Amino acid sequence: MSDLPPTVPDHKAGFVLAGVPHAAALQLAIVEIKLGEVICKVPYAEHLIGNPDTRVIHGGVITALLDNACGVAVGSMTRLQGQIATLDLRIDYMKSATPGEDIFAFAECYKVTKNIAFARGVAYHSDRNDPIATCAAAFMLGTKSQRGANVAAGGK
Amino acid sequence: MDVIRRATAEGKKPDLQQLVDAIPYCKFLGIETDRKGTELTTILRFSQKLIGNPVLPALHGGVVGAFLEVTAVIQLMLEVETEDLPKPVDIGIDYLRSGKPVDTYARAIVTKHGRRVCNVRAEAWQDEHTRPIAALHGHFLIRPREV
Repeated sequence: MSDLPPTVPDHKAGFVLAGVPHAAALQLAIVEIKLGEVICKVPYAEHLIGNPDTRVIHGGVITALLDNACGVAVGSMTRLQGQIATLDLRIDYMKSATPGEDIFAFAECYKVTKNIAFARGVAYHSDRNDPIATCAAAFMLGTKSQRGANVAAGGK
Repeated sequence: MDVIRRATAEGKKPDLQQLVDAIPYCKFLGIETDRKGTELTTILRFSQKLIGNPVLPALHGGVVGAFLEVTAVIQLMLEVETEDLPKPVDIGIDYLRSGKPVDTYARAIVTKHGRRVCNVRAEAWQDEHTRPIAALHGHFLIRPREV
């Protein structure tokens, strides 16, 4: 990725995505960010529980976290915050999240083309090699009259 | 879950709305169920906190995915004999149109009912059933009731 022009991600580490209402509702925050890579976090919360018996967080929260993390990673590569739409998202669930523990997601955007960007991500508690879930996603770029505007990222 | 255990003890299917209400995350999203016999439609009531793109505005992709996943799980609860909530193994979501800031509906079909794994498809739409905003297909792990 070193041949790409250095675009500075708009978001800083520790930034809660307050401009995205659903991210704010999940208390979704950016922990680390650099060009094409991001680590996001969703803190454990009672209202996110998916099974009251086990108190495990609902799979949907992981979906939202991975989707958003991949979107931020794509955004950092293209400077197209707000003009990115998820095209498809595939998630594999490896294990249940541990009750009471915050969930992190690492996402990287590994390819940007003129219209589409590809990203992959992994959700985990403390060890990225012991994933809760992994995902692969494709994003449509320049939605809403911004077609082909992502040339800053060296689109082909 | 209590709702399922109580219904099972009485030899009935659990009340799906009670089941949804017992899951904090479903309450948080604002999911309702509308059951007509074996036909089940889930409803995602719009609220501002579901927005992912405030510029358009559009529903958050994660919300739409979560809603379809919940729809698939509830459909499985209706059709499959199990005491636990089905667990997702893998899901794929195709986003077809941006979700407008209005109520969203979804239905699921159990494509294959295996002994341990079920294959489910689900579709979400808003004003027109023929114009879906997203589709899900996924595998869910079930624990059959021991006889």
